[in-house]
Amino acid sequence: MQRECKSVRSVYGSTLVELGKKNKNIVVLDADLSCSTQTQLFAKEFPERFFNVGIAEQDLMTTAAGLSCTGKIPFVSTFAMFATGRAWEQIRNTICYSNLNVKIAATHGGITVGEDGASHQALEDISLMRSIPNMTVIVPADAEETKQAVEFAASYKGPVYIRIARTSLPDIFDSSYKFTPYKAMIMREGDDITLITNGETLVETLDCATILEEKGISSEIINMPVVKPIDAETIIKSAKKTNRVFTIENHSVIGGLGSAVCEVLSENYPVKVTRIGTNDEFGQSGTAKELMNYYGLSSVKLAEKITGFLK
Amino acid sequence: MISQVSKEDIKEIEKVSKKLRRNVLLMIHNAKSGHPGGSLSCIDILNVLFTKFMKYYPDCESNPNYKYRDRFILSKGHASASLYAILAHLGFIKEDELMTFRKFGSRLQGHPCSFKMPGIEVSTGSLGQGLSIGCGMALGLRLDKINSKIYVFMGDGEIEEGSVWEAAMNASHNKLNNLIAFVDRNRLQIDGSTESVKSVGDIKAKFEAFGWNTIEINGHNIQEIYNAISVAQTSDKPFVIIADTIKGYGVSFMANNPGWHGKAPNDEQLEQALKELE
Repeated sequence: MQRECKSVRSVYGSTLVELGKKNKNIVVLDADLSCSTQTQLFAKEFPERFFNVGIAEQDLMTTAAGLSCTGKIPFVSTFAMFATGRAWEQIRNTICYSNLNVKIAATHGGITVGEDGASHQALEDISLMRSIPNMTVIVPADAEETKQAVEFAASYKGPVYIRIARTSLPDIFDSSYKFTPYKAMIMREGDDITLITNGETLVETLDCATILEEKGISSEIINMPVVKPIDAETIIKSAKKTNRVFTIENHSVIGGLGSAVCEVLSENYPVKVTRIGTNDEFGQSGTAKELMNYYGLSSVKLAEKITGFLK
Repeated sequence: MISQVSKEDIKEIEKVSKKLRRNVLLMIHNAKSGHPGGSLSCIDILNVLFTKFMKYYPDCESNPNYKYRDRFILSKGHASASLYAILAHLGFIKEDELMTFRKFGSRLQGHPCSFKMPGIEVSTGSLGQGLSIGCGMALGLRLDKINSKIYVFMGDGEIEEGSVWEAAMNASHNKLNNLIAFVDRNRLQIDGSTESVKSVGDIKAKFEAFGWNTIEINGHNIQEIYNAISVAQTSDKPFVIIADTIKGYGVSFMANNPGWHGKAPNDEQLEQALKELE
């Protein structure tokens, strides 16, 4: 299926500009990556409300924390690896402990960072953010969902982590879509298996379901952009219907969406769950497409993997 | 613009310092845990700062978040007992509550917690984060054209944290002259002297190289503390006051002894300490 692709990073940047026009308390911080994260769009429009702290992610997070203490709504951007890895403890002890109103919108999550290789491919960011009390974790799947997630974050009081994809993503949703922060969305109804996904793997999962359908497998697809707090009800309901669940994510199978789904099901309705993502391993260089294929996250590879598991 | 503090004033401040030190020891003794050394070293500075300089709402108990208040961040959060003692002295909380320090259900957490306790701007405890938080507050208040000061209080061991120097660059780059920092130079950290663990070296030269205005003072001399904070008010750059202090100051057997970093006095030790602080 042909879909129009959009740079979700540009959408993030332009959404910040729109928010900045409406609310003078919106401020934006970056750590020398404003051209990559596209916070440069906000910087051009509102230079007095943009702070580039240089290559210093710890300072980035705690400066944002200080700004939030004065009533500002800081959006903080850098690569997911450095936001959640280098500055984890600042996020935990200063931002989340005090429930400060800081929004971390990190770009370059997952294997699709591509050519930069393992050092820059955050495969643990969702896991790291999900484990901190008070944190809301969102992984949008396309431009429209990214825009609405960012708007939601601005209106919500408390820390939010949003993973913004590096790649241009095909449009899945149009402006009639309504992002509901605490309700997952059934994208496709089915009877045999439940596929739970979010972010960049949603489009792959949708295409995978078409392939599976040709093989006579009926898939129900849940789009779960909000990994925390998780919509347990929708997961349990679907699991009761299909009794076989797969989770698919551009992230390690340890600690991310797959783990979150397993936590819900093992305590409420134990069924077999297969987690598909990167395994306990680091990534490598390559194009995003090559890597999605290699790590089994493209639609074709997903369909192969899932039919294999069902045999 | 430095005015001399009168002899009577100094006497009164020193009297309050003794009371605060007594309260710190009573709290830590009662809690059977805490950090007496680094709490006692910073009492005189906190006392002068809070009683002579900090702007806050007169009825601070009802309005701790008064918009035009000055902000204080205890970056060396383990000295919480000293901050609670001064906040109780000013009326943010009642003095009776001090004895709940570190107890289950208390607002007076082991390290300061902003959402439990009035007068605490931000939770601290993990070292090296306060100066950056101060930068953020300084930027935020400047955007709102609020002419308040942000005071950040650090330990000397704390500046071994690299994040302090990220913040030091941030402050000078943004010309944050509404930011005033203190370094409690008591020369001791948990494992021994700062110079033996990881030499902190010439703190003044380091901050000057990072674009700050600096002053070195005796952190137990009321007049010097007063003068330094006065000078800092009109600085054109971020300003750091490096205060030579004695860890455990005021109690003979605690003074300059790293063993008293994180240990509560027993009944006898408390009695002796309180006698020395009469």
